[in-house]
Amino acid sequence: MSYSIFQTWMIIVLLGVGTFLLRFSFLGLIGNRRLPEWVLRHLRYTPVAVMPGLVAPLVLFPAATGGEPDAPRAAAAIVTVVLGLWTRNVLLAIFGGAGTLYLMLYLTA
Amino acid sequence: MERTGAAYWQGFRDGAPFVLVIIPFGMVFGVVATEAGLDIVAVMGFSVLVIAGAAQLAALQLMTDNAPTVIVLATALAVNLRMAMYSAALVPHLGRAPIWQRAVMAYFLVDQSFAVSAATFEREPGMSLRAKVAYFFGTISPVCLPWYFATWLGAVVGTRIPPQFALDFAVPITFIAVIAPMLRTFAHVAAAMVSILLALGLAFLPYNLGLLIAAVAAMATGAQIELIQSRRRAA
Repeated sequence: MSYSIFQTWMIIVLLGVGTFLLRFSFLGLIGNRRLPEWVLRHLRYTPVAVMPGLVAPLVLFPAATGGEPDAPRAAAAIVTVVLGLWTRNVLLAIFGGAGTLYLMLYLTA
Repeated sequence: MERTGAAYWQGFRDGAPFVLVIIPFGMVFGVVATEAGLDIVAVMGFSVLVIAGAAQLAALQLMTDNAPTVIVLATALAVNLRMAMYSAALVPHLGRAPIWQRAVMAYFLVDQSFAVSAATFEREPGMSLRAKVAYFFGTISPVCLPWYFATWLGAVVGTRIPPQFALDFAVPITFIAVIAPMLRTFAHVAAAMVSILLALGLAFLPYNLGLLIAAVAAMATGAQIELIQSRRRAA
């Protein structure tokens, strides 16, 4: 990471202000006017549109192995997906994924 | 007064189970942010000013890649766009509260308290405005206060965790665990697939622009499939 202290805090503050404005938007400023249906329809997909794309390269080319695909990390990711889909339980998926990662790292060490 | 007190505690009880998610998630952010080189004041600055775990981790991930400031902000705010939807959904219930209360509630409008509050307000339309406000503050207490504490704890212990613990992978696992339960419909799955394929395929673009393009295309994919399916159902 090569940001100056000023840049780091600019990111933090602007992200804070922007996030607050998103949260305050309708509750504070726009009130009871309804969002058009097509806007709502797009907003519904923001988390599943951003986060998988962010995660995919981290899973396939982990920085810890110098960008080389890594069996323990791939297995951990798969177990996390399956547990999350199957149980709908975030915490269980995290623990299952972490457990798989540690077990595999131990076995392949 | 008696009534609002009861509503507050009801909200508190309904929000309490989320502590189990918030504590590890907050610690992961504290640890990873400290490992990435942020000092504890900046780490706490993130959790206090932004108070949105997924967006904070997204910003952090791009910062470790040294992405330009504009890209960091655009991507992290895209993760938070859903909050405008939460804000709109709460207007019928909380929109007549005093403006200062609405501002404070907006600051604390996080996934968990929104989910619990919206469900309760729908189920009990007879709740008074004051009871709804008290209930909302009840739901955020066991979510947001532990969030600050867990971030701080993660930042303090973070640098002492040896590399064998493979904390580099805490972010991917947390993200996947948050996203997987959201893949309820074909439209959600298709959006996630487009996001993954385009993010990987466009990884050569400078400034992490590929992820932003992938996100916009994925959003449009989900929305379009939902539209086609609802038309087919109506026909």
